[in-house]
Amino acid sequence: MNIINFTPISAFAGGTIIGLAVVVFFIGNGRLAGISSITDNLLTSKQGRGDNFLFLIGLVVGPIIFLFSTTNEIPFFITNSLPLIIAGGLLVGIGTKVARGCTSGHGICGIARSSLRSIVATVLFMITAILTVAIIGIK
Amino acid sequence: MSKIISLISGIIFGVGLTISNMINPAKVLGFLNFFDQWDPSLIFVMIGAILISAPFFFLFRNKSKPLFAEIFSIPKIKTIDSELIVGSSLFGIGWGLVGFCPGPAIASLALVNEYAVFFLISMFGGFFLTSLVNYK
Repeated sequence: MNIINFTPISAFAGGTIIGLAVVVFFIGNGRLAGISSITDNLLTSKQGRGDNFLFLIGLVVGPIIFLFSTTNEIPFFITNSLPLIIAGGLLVGIGTKVARGCTSGHGICGIARSSLRSIVATVLFMITAILTVAIIGIK
Repeated sequence: MSKIISLISGIIFGVGLTISNMINPAKVLGFLNFFDQWDPSLIFVMIGAILISAPFFFLFRNKSKPLFAEIFSIPKIKTIDSELIVGSSLFGIGWGLVGFCPGPAIASLALVNEYAVFFLISMFGGFFLTSLVNYK
């Protein structure tokens, strides 16, 4: 293993900002900022629909504000393999719904709440994701 | 007021994903490429987010209601069941295939990339297929 492209300062700074978002949503609205649940609830439930919708709109507006307020570009690269995209999307949708949480809900909110369920979930999805990359490589 | 809080929370979250570059699947795959060329940044994102939020979860644990809503909406399930294990494992495989999880996938709509949109549609398909087997 070699360490490359490590950006600890921007990673930690961005992380504290995400933490602030989690705090505002929790102490303001009593909600956990778990994006898979917010998205799934928006699609399937009338309860809290306005809040879910506005949170996700904000999630898209955030990067746009960043683009307009700096001269920096946002580094972005995604595979153009449709089979990978479709398989990945389906598995992320099924997996996060069945496990009731994703990187934000389990990985951040759940661990911050010391939830054993979330700690187990996070360890598992990290392991299977790392093994997946180890087996198929980065496309 | 709760609507404004929701919008502001989403915006802050989206800015955090952008500044940490977690919005970028290639950056996330760099973290998951643990056995080859490893980029540990994602761990620092999680540590930053957890360090900021954990004290507030602790301080508010006995409060009866949040500032602008009637109740705290916190999951009641505590058991480590097979659904948690199978679901998390499947999610990890999908995450490793593309480097996208739900938050960055939605935030990246700001960057207007057709493959990110295909991913989101597939993810919605995954939610839908799961609900077909009467899962909620």
